[in-house]
Formats: sequence, C-alpha cells, structure tokens
Amino acid sequence: MQTHPLILIALIITLLPLAGSLTAGLFGNKIGKTWTHRIAITCVAISFFLSCYVFAAVVLKNQPAVDESLYTWATAGMFHFDIGFLVDRLSAIMMMIVLFISLMVHIYTVGYMADDPGYTRFFSYVSLFTFSMLVLLLANNFLLLFFGWEGVGLVSYLLIGFWFKRESANFGGLKAFLVNRIGDIGFILATAAVLFYFGNLSYHDVFRQAPSAINQMMPLFPNYSVPAITIICLLLFIGAMGKSAQVPLHVWLPESMEGPTPISALIHAATMVTAGIYMVARMSPLFEYSPAILSLILVIGGVTALFMGLLAITQYDIKRVIAYSTISQLGYMAVALGASAYSAAIFHLITHAFFKALLFLAAGSVIIALHHEQDMRKMGGLARYLPVTYLTFLIGTLALCAIPPFSGFYSKDVIIEAVRLSTLPGARFAYYCVLIGAFITPVYMFRALFMTFHTQERVEPALRGKIYESPWVVLVPLVLLAIPSIVAGQFMIDRMLFSPAKLLGDTIFVLPEHNVLNQLAVDYPGAKLMALKAGLTLPFWLAIAGIFTAWLFIAGFPSWSVFLKKRFALIYNILVRKYGFDDFNQIVLVRGTEDTGRLFYQVGDVKILDGVFVNGSGRGIRWLAQAARFLQTGYIYQYALAMVLGLLVFLAWYVGGLF
Amino acid sequence: MLELLTPTRVIFYLFATLAVCSAVSVITVRNPVRSVLSLVVTFFAMAAIWMMLRAEFLSLILLLVYVGAVMTLFLFVVMMLNIDKESRKNAYVRYLPIGIVIVVLLVGFTMAAYAPRYFGLAQMPAPLPEPADYSNIRGLGMVLFTDYAYPFEIAGVILLAAMIAAITLAHRGPVRRKVQKPSKQVAVRPEDRVRLIKMASEPKQGG
Amino acid sequence: MVSLTEFLIVGALLFGLGIAGIILNRKNIIVLLMSIELILLAVNTNFIAFSYFLSNFTGQVFVFFVLTVAAAEAAIGLAILVVLYRKRGTIEVQDLDALKG
Repeated sequence: MQTHPLILIALIITLLPLAGSLTAGLFGNKIGKTWTHRIAITCVAISFFLSCYVFAAVVLKNQPAVDESLYTWATAGMFHFDIGFLVDRLSAIMMMIVLFISLMVHIYTVGYMADDPGYTRFFSYVSLFTFSMLVLLLANNFLLLFFGWEGVGLVSYLLIGFWFKRESANFGGLKAFLVNRIGDIGFILATAAVLFYFGNLSYHDVFRQAPSAINQMMPLFPNYSVPAITIICLLLFIGAMGKSAQVPLHVWLPESMEGPTPISALIHAATMVTAGIYMVARMSPLFEYSPAILSLILVIGGVTALFMGLLAITQYDIKRVIAYSTISQLGYMAVALGASAYSAAIFHLITHAFFKALLFLAAGSVIIALHHEQDMRKMGGLARYLPVTYLTFLIGTLALCAIPPFSGFYSKDVIIEAVRLSTLPGARFAYYCVLIGAFITPVYMFRALFMTFHTQERVEPALRGKIYESPWVVLVPLVLLAIPSIVAGQFMIDRMLFSPAKLLGDTIFVLPEHNVLNQLAVDYPGAKLMALKAGLTLPFWLAIAGIFTAWLFIAGFPSWSVFLKKRFALIYNILVRKYGFDDFNQIVLVRGTEDTGRLFYQVGDVKILDGVFVNGSGRGIRWLAQAARFLQTGYIYQYALAMVLGLLVFLAWYVGGLF
Repeated sequence: MLELLTPTRVIFYLFATLAVCSAVSVITVRNPVRSVLSLVVTFFAMAAIWMMLRAEFLSLILLLVYVGAVMTLFLFVVMMLNIDKESRKNAYVRYLPIGIVIVVLLVGFTMAAYAPRYFGLAQMPAPLPEPADYSNIRGLGMVLFTDYAYPFEIAGVILLAAMIAAITLAHRGPVRRKVQKPSKQVAVRPEDRVRLIKMASEPKQGG
Repeated sequence: MVSLTEFLIVGALLFGLGIAGIILNRKNIIVLLMSIELILLAVNTNFIAFSYFLSNFTGQVFVFFVLTVAAAEAAIGLAILVVLYRKRGTIEVQDLDALKG
C-alpha cells in the first residue's frame, strides 16, 4: 500500500535531526566545530521548512488528517506495537513551533557555546532532543508517544548535566530525571490501563471507543469501583504533571537551570514542558468524559499558577525568575485544559513558547555579556550597554504580562475568561488563582527587568566599561523570536479559537456542556477590538497595577522592599524556602532513600548476605570440618565401629519393621 | 522337658558352648599364641557342628585347610614377630561400654530376626535323612564342576594372585639391593667413560 | 532335632564376638585378623545351616568359595603384617594412626 506523502515527509522531518545528532555525536571531533554546527543547523532548517509545508497543507489548505502505521515493531497476541505517524492540525502546528524554536536555539548556540569544549556534544544532544520531541508529537499510539516522552526526559537529563564536572549540574540533572520518572510511572500505568480497557493503543481506536467505555468500572477496593476512564485520565495527568512541572512535581525545573541557557530556552520553556499539555490536549476525547479529573486539573493548575508566581518574586538568579515564571504559565495552560478550553491552552502554549524562549535567550545574552554572571544583584543599568538585548527582553516581558497588543495578552485573557465561565467544581478557585497571577506576573517580571537593566550599576568592578553587546549569531534569534511575540496573538486568535473552522479542528474534542470557548465566541469582538477593549477588563488593570508595584519597590523606592522583607519575614522565609517542597523532598525522600539503602547495605548486604550466607557458610563448613575431624582418627577399629553402627541402624530398622 | 535332650541336641549344645567360649578367649587372652590356639579350638567345634549339618566335605576341609594351613601360618607369624605379652597399661576401657552396647544390640537384633517363629521347626522342618549311599563330596562335585565351574576357575586365579602378592610383599631380595657386577666392570672401555672435546681458545678478557 | 534358629544363633554369637574383637582390641593386629576369621566362620555356619534345611547345595558351594577367599586374604594380611612390622617395629593397633586427619 502506498504510503501517504505527508507521512513520508513527516518521517523525513523526524529523521533529519536524528541524522544531525548522530553526525555531531559520533564524528563531531573529527569534522571540527564548524562543520558540526553547519550540518546540525542544516538538518533542522530543512526539517523546519518541510514542517512549514506540512502546516500549509494540513491547516491552510485543509487537507484531511493522515494516520498511518509505517512499521510493525512487535506483536504479542492481540496487541501490536506500530511505529506510525498522525499528521493532523494539532501535530502540524506543534511541529512547526518546535522546529522553529529548535532552529533558533541551534543558531544561538553557535555564539553562546563558542568556547565550550563540549560544543559538538551539545549540538548532538539538542538535535537528539528535537528528534524525540518530534516523535512525541507525531506518534499515533500511546507507546510511540511514550518513546518520545522518555527520549525528551533522557535528553533533558543529559543537557541539564551538560557541564558534568559541576556537582550542582549533576544534582539538577538527576533530580529532573527522577521527578520526571515519577510522572512516567503514571503514564505507564495509564498506558497499561488503556490497553486493558480498550484493547488497543492507537489513538484512533481508543478515541472511537471512548464514548462507549464510560460505563466501564475499575474495581479499586473490593466494594468500591471507579469509572475506568477517570483512573486512566488521572494517571495520564500524573504523567503530564511530571513533564509539565505542576505542583508537586515542579521541583525539578528550577534546578534545571544548571544547564546552559539555550536548553533552558528550548526544553524548559518551549518544548519539553509543553509535552504534558500537548498530551492532555491530544487526549481530550478521554478527558472530556472525566469531569472529576478536569476539576483536579483546574485546582492543580490554579495552585501552580499562583504559588509559583509568588516564588519568582524572591529569586535573585535571573534564570530562576524566568524558570518559576515558566512553571506559573504552565499552570495557566493546565487551568485552560481543566476548563475544557483545549484550544486556548494550545494557543497559550504557542505564544508562551515564543516569548519565553525569547526571554531565556535574552537572559543568556545578558549572562554571556557579563561573563556568566547570573545574579541580578550584580547587574543593573545594562540598558545602555545592551540595547538590542534590552529591547527584546522588554518585548518578551510585555508579552508575558499580557499587555495588549502583544501575543501574551490574547492567550492569557482568553484563559482567564474561559475559566470564569467554566462550571466545574474548582473553577472558582482556579479563576481567582489566575486572576491574582495576572497581578503577580508583572511584579516579578518587571522586578527582573528593572534590576537588570535599570537602577544603578552593581556590576563587578572588573567588568565595568567592558560590557559589549553579544555577537550577531546571538542577536538574530532574539529578533526572530521577538516578532512572533508581538504579532502571533493577533493573527492566530481568530482562527485558533473562534472561527467556525477552528485551527485545531477535529483534533480536539469537547463535550457541549463543557464548551466554554463557544460561549466566549458569542461575545468575541475580534482581535483588534479585543485589544482596544482591554481597558475595560480586570486583568488588564491588574497587570498595570503589577507593573506599577514593581517600579515602586525596585526602581522607585528600593528601601521599601527591604522594609517589607523585615516586616513580613515569615512569609518571606516561606517563599525563599519554596514552601518547603525541596526540603521535604530532601529530608524525607532523598535521605529516606539513602538511609534505607544504607540499611539494606549494612544489615542486608554486609551482615546477612556476606556475614551469614557467604562468610557464614564458609565458616560453618570449616567448623563442621573441625568437628568432623575427630572422626578421622586413623584407627581402623574406630572406623569398623562406625560401620557396625551403621549396620546396627539398618538392622534395627528392619527388625523393627518386622514387629 | 527331658525329651528335648536328644543326643543330637546334647552334642550340638556341647560343641556350640565350646565354640563360643573359645571364641571369647580368642579376643580376651593376653598371650597371642593362646589366642591363636583358642581359635583353633573354635574351628574344631564348628567343624563338628558342620558335620551335624551333613556338610562332611566342608567340615573336613575346614580342619585340613583352615586349621591346618591358615592357622599354622598365623602361629608362624606370631612366633616370628616375637610379640611379647601385652602390658596391662593400655586397657581398652574407654571403648568398652559403648562397644559392648553396640555389639550386644547387634547380636540382639540379629537374634530377634532369627526368632523361632520365622525359622523354627514348624516353618523350616528338618529334611529327611539321605539314603545310605549319599556322598556329600559327590553331590558337591556334581554342582561345582557344572553350574559353578566358572567361579571355581576364578577361585583358582584368586589363590594364584594371593600367592604372588604375599611373596612380593614379604620378599626382601636383590631387587632392593644394589650389587656390583664384576663382569660388566671389567668390560668397560675408556670411550664409555671419557669424551674429549676440542674448543677454540678464547681471547683473554681485556683489562 | 535342632531347629534352624539355634544354628543361626550360634552363628550370630560368633559374629558378634568377631565384631567385638575388631572394635575392642588394642593389643595387636593378629587378633584383628583372627576376629575376621571368626566372622567368616560365623557366616559360613549360616550358609551351611540354610543349605541343610533348604536341601540346596548352593550354600555349600558358597562356603567353598568363601573358604578359598578367606585363606587368600589371611595370607596376604599376614604378609602385610610382616612388612608393617619390619617398617614400624610394632604391631600395636594404636600406633597405626598414619591416616589421622
């Protein structure tokens, strides 16, 4: 059977970064740095242009989605594991975004990692990541999705611990991997449950059977059953929590800032962390039938959005501020998912990818300009030295704070409105969370902006006067990312959410009673009017208030922040210690595991296995031999006695048997 | 009760008692010569009992071969080794109790297994007396050279082997001695003992 | 008539005495060898008794061969004893503990 051309193109798109990765990894040292980055960037660039073609075909020209299996990897009874791709609107648009950001990061890396000895290794890893992410996006069954899922987790670990000679980098990498793993357990269990209840792992079959499966119950306890779909969705969401850093599995993301800035931009802003959101959106046919889990998503998303934003206010490392901001924005996306506004979540995912990657890369630009200084207390007044960086950072910040007409405004406001209209339990709570978050976000972002680029210069004396703008390979991606951050919202919102032929079309499934976006569509005035009417909405004024607050405490009257810190020391401490999540993990889980391990080692391994079994058996045998030595006297008559004794026993047995 | 005292039984018990008593003295007396002689008495008694069991040939062979040859050999060895009377110092007291217990148990069990209800006259009656011209030797010979001819030959080989072994073991002969052979000594030629080798002279080591 | 049991009991007693002679003697090896002869004698008696009561020649043939082998074994045993005496100068059983482990 002829393979559909789109599937073939998808295959090429997926395999090119893999080829680039293998070349860079295996032959990087032989062919030199220049050729390595040329090959890697070329591969990703070609993939990007091909993905634009796919996007044009599937979305703009409205070709139907293609779902095909390329290769059957394994069969086991009724189940077979295929490698197959699903090229539809959702995967096409995600693919394009991922490849665009990946391309930007590849180009940026040429400048950022210029004098790093692991240059070729870095390109290999980043291309490998691109490959895994693409597999994740294009998969048409749960198992292939999981392959990509694991792949991105692995590469994330490799990249966070890229500078492996640093202890903190290794710790961060391990933490990321382990916390991710916890989520993965949920995902694997969900896959198993799906296989058990639906008999098949391909999206097509599972989604088709979903409506008829809502009455299937899974017995948890002897007399207590829950609907199977609820459990499946819960487990899937746990997987999403791990990847997309929802509370309480968010603890890995701040530590992941140990990795180089380009990967913070790629993985921890734009792509990997959005895998969880993507997955939930993809599984919308399942989630719609489980309102309990949607409520849970609302609550967790709300908590993440608000409380992580609060933490960003107290951080001094510029990358950490942006990291907590990412977690908070992921909370927004989760809230949108919970309100069944899947399209809004994907929309925010896309706009967020642009401006968050931009913010990270701009922060990276600042960092290399200051020779790898990341503490904001040692920055200040950099606006006049790094004009392009400053401008792009400002654009990213404005987008993030949802100031019209930047892209963030559209996506964030839609989410806030959608949550307001949702009727699920927990929606009220989530609404207040995201609303307050709309105030908090500008506070911390503008705090970061002011501390870095305005206020007085607190730079190290050695660097004063020697701060130069970054090379063009660094600035071009910044500019290229700034453009969509400004305009993407305006252009996409119509088609994404409100037009009759929605951008995401049939890939998202929403039950009529949950469909808040349709309700919003009734009032929707169009993109430009929406921006102009922003002045009438609460979130806008909250944002302005946030900016003003930040200016007040950082730029205007810095002494006030010191005063606040002292007055509210308790709250401040709680925030600095990140609500105790890390402490809890460290004391209970890490040390608990270490202690258990030590217990097993010292008692189990040393004492019992070595002492009793291994050495003990040796000792026992030696003792036995010593005891038995007395039998070997060398005197024949004693041997004869022993023989007679044996004879006696037999005789006794026999004669006893007679009686 | 007195009807049990048939002549056969009296003779049997007489010889049986004699056998057991002399067996006891074999293992208890100190003088090894007396020990051997007691064993001879035991054999005599048992030969008589065997005669009662109509095994005439074998009982006489016991006397001729066993007592006549093997016991005599024992006596020879005892006297040759010049073993003096054993001193009382190393009495076998330590093992006596347990040894006695074991042996008693052993014999007891065996005798329990030989209980009359299994092997008594009711179960195993005495066979009819043979006719007057019964010859044990003939009967034995009839069986021995036909059915058991092969083991018979092997027995002969065993005896041969034993003879060779005994001779080899006890032999102290020229095999273990080094002797001169004058004939060979005289026949030696100088070439067999000395070999001249020509070598180039080496220069003197410098310094 | 004497029953089979009585013959067997005589044999058993001789056997026991032979065993006792092996175990309980510390005097010299000659007694050991003689005890072995006693044992063989007891066994032979058993055979003869059964051969008589079962009217079968097999028992007597067996005794025949046992006698042969016993004679051979006694000869070799004594030869070994002689060599041992030459080497060790003693035939006390308790001095022969070279196999002590």
